[in-house]
Amino acid sequence: MELTEFLRYGFIQRALIAGLFIGILCSTLGVFLVLRRFSLIGDGLAHATFGSVALALLLKMSPLYVSIPLVMVCSLGILKLTERARLYGDAAIGVVSSLGVAVGVMLSSIAGGFNVDLFSYLFGSILAISNAEVVISIVLSILVITVIIFYYNELLSITFDEDSAKVSGINTKFINSIFVLLTAVTVVLSMKVVGIMLISALLIFPAVTALQIARSFKAVMVTASLSAVTSVVLGIVFSFFLDLPTGATVVLINFMLFISSLTYKRFIKK
Amino acid sequence: MPIDILSIDNLYFRYNSLDVLSDISFSIKAGDYIGLVGPNGSGKTTLIKIILGLLKPYGGKILLFDKDISTFSEWDRIGYLPQKMAAFNPRFPATVSEVVAMGLLSKKSFPKHISRSDYTAVDNILELLGIKNLKNTPIGELSGGQQQRTLVARALVNNPEFIILDEPTDALDPEMRDRFFDIMNNLNKKKQVTVIIVTHDMGNIGRYTSKLLYIDKKLIFYGSFDDFCKSSEITQFFGEYAQHVICHRH
Repeated sequence: MELTEFLRYGFIQRALIAGLFIGILCSTLGVFLVLRRFSLIGDGLAHATFGSVALALLLKMSPLYVSIPLVMVCSLGILKLTERARLYGDAAIGVVSSLGVAVGVMLSSIAGGFNVDLFSYLFGSILAISNAEVVISIVLSILVITVIIFYYNELLSITFDEDSAKVSGINTKFINSIFVLLTAVTVVLSMKVVGIMLISALLIFPAVTALQIARSFKAVMVTASLSAVTSVVLGIVFSFFLDLPTGATVVLINFMLFISSLTYKRFIKK
Repeated sequence: MPIDILSIDNLYFRYNSLDVLSDISFSIKAGDYIGLVGPNGSGKTTLIKIILGLLKPYGGKILLFDKDISTFSEWDRIGYLPQKMAAFNPRFPATVSEVVAMGLLSKKSFPKHISRSDYTAVDNILELLGIKNLKNTPIGELSGGQQQRTLVARALVNNPEFIILDEPTDALDPEMRDRFFDIMNNLNKKKQVTVIIVTHDMGNIGRYTSKLLYIDKKLIFYGSFDDFCKSSEITQFFGEYAQHVICHRH
């Protein structure tokens, strides 16, 4: 089958469009998460997403509509735990993460198991994305990216040095709240591309790949986005032609890009 | 009559069950150049963080530009250089220009966009500090002294009226240290910028500052460097030969 024929399939077009937007979204947010040493929040919120998906399936509602608000609440919960209960970030993530998994397992048990539906959310099903889900993914991705663009300099300043950012009058509490809410939306949207088990890879890999080779913050953002787009497109193409799980293929290509950037940095730059 | 830039009355702060600062009262007028000194653990950085609103005092009153610190919002009037070691990740993927431009955000309203003319201001301050040729270099590739100059540039780029610098000459070589103090002296004398500098460099404090603020969990001394040199506190805290070494009196 030729590439042009492959691109005529509706499900491939939907997968590529949604994947591109979500890939750029994850990579953009991922740069800030990695530099703030908050990468594990992706994993934590992914586990919270597991609980919310189980709830949605039990209530026979769309997991996207149930998960987005619930995971946003969980993200604010992580922030409040670090501020009020004075937990370290990783402990706060662990609390919410384990709660999400426990709730998911409990609900799954009550429902007598969810079999295929839950499996597709655990490992991604971008090739099965519906038109409605594509539209939601595009709209929310544009919304999140727009917010990041508007708050870009505040986010950069806080990521670099939060105390100095506060002294310059930036409302760091407000920006941090916005940031975790955007992360929550991103994690839920990414569920469709790589699945709950691999969401953190889509957040972390493009960022760490870009950090090896880019020489300015703007260059890191652009390189991370290119890396994410490349991995999503190649992941969809290879998974289709080689009959492989798409989510895992996307992540493995991300890993290969990361190794390539390390090699470039080690041997060619020097 | 110079106005009070900073007025602190009976400041008290504790961390867990430990008193960190108590009975701190002093005021700083516009155009003052204050050297803040004290032994390690004396509360200097804590005092700075309280002045800047980063920590909330347990007691006392703080007025910044005659406004209570809790409602103060004119942060564009203040420049701040934190202690370098605590300040940032040295491998952060930003160029010198990108870092210094962050110092301009206090003057901006939403959305905080850095314009082309802002980058001219960045270039000017980099030129003053002798690192304009490094403006597109990632900060992680700089020496310790160049990184410190980048952070100093970030504190000054906004032309603040009041600058607080926490150990700014750390990692600077002697030539750069003198150049730094010359720059601060010019800002203070010619532009009437008020300066608080936390430093262990007693030699340069004597040359440049108008007043010395010595704390060790409490206010020990606040006055001119000359008065400090004649005081009993200098021998008590710096030892028998302090006058010879610090005040150059033989």
